[in-house]
Amino acid sequence: MTDATVSPTDSDELPLSLRGPAPVAAVVGYGFWLFLLSDIIIFSALFATYAVLSKETAGGPTGPELFDKGRVFAETICLLLSSFTSGLAALAVQRSDTRATYSWFIVTMALGIAFLVLEGSEFAHMASEGAVPSRSAFLSAFFTLVGTHGLHVLSGLLWLTVMLAQIARFGFQPMVRRRLFCFGLFWHALDIVWIGVFTIVYLGAH
Amino acid sequence: MATNTQEPTPDSGETPHENARSYFAGLVFALILTGASFWASSTHLVYAPGIPILLAVLAIAQMGVHLVFFLRISSAPDQVNNFLALVFGVFVVGLIVFGSLLIMTNLNHAMMPTMKQLIQMQR
Repeated sequence: MTDATVSPTDSDELPLSLRGPAPVAAVVGYGFWLFLLSDIIIFSALFATYAVLSKETAGGPTGPELFDKGRVFAETICLLLSSFTSGLAALAVQRSDTRATYSWFIVTMALGIAFLVLEGSEFAHMASEGAVPSRSAFLSAFFTLVGTHGLHVLSGLLWLTVMLAQIARFGFQPMVRRRLFCFGLFWHALDIVWIGVFTIVYLGAH
Repeated sequence: MATNTQEPTPDSGETPHENARSYFAGLVFALILTGASFWASSTHLVYAPGIPILLAVLAIAQMGVHLVFFLRISSAPDQVNNFLALVFGVFVVGLIVFGSLLIMTNLNHAMMPTMKQLIQMQR
């Protein structure tokens, strides 16, 4: 019996080694998931650095003096809602509903931009008080960790812009669907990293 | 133009209706847990030294909510590979974070001058 004669209904009873190659969508999803996990491991190193250095202020401003919990709460809600709307957009992609896809992705993008504007104003406010990365080990670690997350959000927004252009150009082709699926995974993973940021950096400061 | 070409996406095992319900449930749980975290960080109702542990529990719970309801990770048979990779990732993250903290705390302790050295420094 060759693989070509195996019907899809039989495949569940076959041993894993005889089932043949997995569908492209499953392989792409798995590969991107591995990338995300390695990205999270990079963040874990930055978190460990921050946790070690968070008290080393070198006589400069400390976390509780600099952090504004109200603004952080607004950033958190922006990112959480954008994660939710990107999920709704993914459902619209499944239904091949172009209008809903565009609408939810544009809402996602607006919330992502709002997050970056809030974060940018926070950084500008800190810099105006002399709290720049070179001031102390604490501030170096802070800007590296929070800045890396911010850069991830920015690159996610650029990716989403490209994907919107691809939907306009190619429609919901399998290739475009797979990329949109990976974008969804990326965006949700960024929100998971942000949970660590607001808990350890902002709420853990005392 | 093949705008309606259907290919099974990795999460197409359920109906869109069930998926939408999952996202809504995830949003509600995440909002509750986020609110609880911000409340816990500034309340005086909780024994103060216990607050970091409470925050850690709330954060881990919210990460779990995001993984299950947003990223749709489960221990279902078709997700074994994803799940195993996640478990390994969590293991490495734990090693890096707790290992670094443990080593650096020990180092700080070892670098602390002893009383004898302090007296010598004052001379």
